Amino acid sequence: MMPDLGKYQDAVLSAYGGSLLLLIGMIALMIWRARSVKKQLEDVEKRST
Amino acid sequence: MIALLRRDLALAIRAGGGFGLGLAFFLILCILVPFGVGADSAILARIAPGILWVGALLACLLSLDRIFQLDFEDGTLDLLATSPLPLEATATIKSLAHWITTGLPLTLTAAPLGQLMNLPPQATPWLVAGLALGTPALSVIGTFGAALTVGLKRGGLLISLLVLPLYMPTLLFGAEAARRGADGLDPTTPLLLMTGISAGCVALLPFATAAALRMNLR
Amino acid sequence: MSIWKYANPTQFMKTTGWMLPFVSIAAGVCIVTGLVWGFFFTPDDFRQGSTVKIIYLHVPSALMAINAWLMMLVASLIWLVRRHHVSALAAKAAAPVGLVMTLIALLTGAIWGEPMWGTYWAWDPRLTSFLILFLFYLGYIALWQAIETQDIAADLTSVLCLVGSVFALLSRYAVNFWNQGLHQGTSVPVATGGRTVADVFFVPLVISMIGFGLLFVALLLLGTRTEIRARRLKALLNREMARDQDRQQPSRAAQNEGTQ
Repeated sequence: MMPDLGKYQDAVLSAYGGSLLLLIGMIALMIWRARSVKKQLEDVEKRST
Repeated sequence: MIALLRRDLALAIRAGGGFGLGLAFFLILCILVPFGVGADSAILARIAPGILWVGALLACLLSLDRIFQLDFEDGTLDLLATSPLPLEATATIKSLAHWITTGLPLTLTAAPLGQLMNLPPQATPWLVAGLALGTPALSVIGTFGAALTVGLKRGGLLISLLVLPLYMPTLLFGAEAARRGADGLDPTTPLLLMTGISAGCVALLPFATAAALRMNLR
Repeated sequence: MSIWKYANPTQFMKTTGWMLPFVSIAAGVCIVTGLVWGFFFTPDDFRQGSTVKIIYLHVPSALMAINAWLMMLVASLIWLVRRHHVSALAAKAAAPVGLVMTLIALLTGAIWGEPMWGTYWAWDPRLTSFLILFLFYLGYIALWQAIETQDIAADLTSVLCLVGSVFALLSRYAVNFWNQGLHQGTSVPVATGGRTVADVFFVPLVISMIGFGLLFVALLLLGTRTEIRARRLKALLNREMARDQDRQQPSRAAQNEGTQ
């Protein structure tokens, strides 16, 4: 399945690995913050009604 | 306007005004770099224009946060904002005061300090000319950075982060002019480009500075 | 109706609420397609070997790094002129995404550069400009974090974005002047209509670019929605605090009136 990357295997894999880590990390953080703020807002709105 | 300038200059020169700080830093840097890099005169001669420029930049940074801070804290800035003098003019005067107390002394001491760094003699006039024409931009840009952070308690580090990227074009052209002078090439192009940047900054940035001050004073 | 109806936060939340899942899925599909196609189903380049596969990450992220800043510039102008909070918060939300895109571009560029040019870093104009862009993003985000009052923060960061954009352009030309550089020309020059990347790499590259673009939009929508909620949360919490303080210390006026 994995193509033969030859002598550049480390470079290509680390490029893909690092980038995907950064992307997934950023997405996960943003989703986590979105959920956290949404929940806090719902709690406060419930309290004030 | 002159009164404001005189007042700021007097405040800066008084004890606690931080007047000699930039100069002292510049001197210390010119001593530290040879210690760090080694005393090889050929290497020092190559890096001297750059180090002197970077040193001037960093020395300018040191006194930026006091441009507006004291006036902001005791309410003078509010008074200045509501005075008949336009805030843009106030910003320009403040930049001028900063330049007279920081940029100008740096320009004047660059030649002797260049000797510590083994600066080639043919580069010296171009270095000094560059600093003379470029440090006004550093003061004006720095004043803008100070205006952005005027309300903050410890804005010093943030000012550096905001202002240093804005200093880069001036640094690039100024140091390039000094280097070309050192190599005997014609430095007029980078020097003119740098002067253009300074002129543009002095003419236009005070408007952004005044806008930032108004936002912070609300 | 014009686009300005989305300046209304409620309208914005309503519309983006159903848009977000679609954009996210589209982004996911494009990115997966582009990357899988590029990684598994394209040949090696004659000169660059398998490292050419890095292009499917490097070019899209670099493109979005620039576009994110341009979007922030437009959003900042809209805030300064029309005072729409949604615009200011959109700029705030875009910045971290732009920062990460810049970082990915720098990282993949460095990893690609090592086998190709023999060095992880070179003071080439394009690389240097991206490093400067990274610093601009950091400064912008730091300023947002430092200022207490959000409206003032929005104002100041907008001015910073404007001034920063001018200097970023200036730096681009200054750096070009300073060092001619070894980075190749644009891979997909939109303006000239030409193309320097071979056909077999081109299609997955374009799909990846579209995917990253959609990802930016999805994260922008998500981030702006979060900022709008956070702003409302802060306002409600402040109101609660003020009410609690009033309850604990009945107003002096009422007390004075009693004694008189």
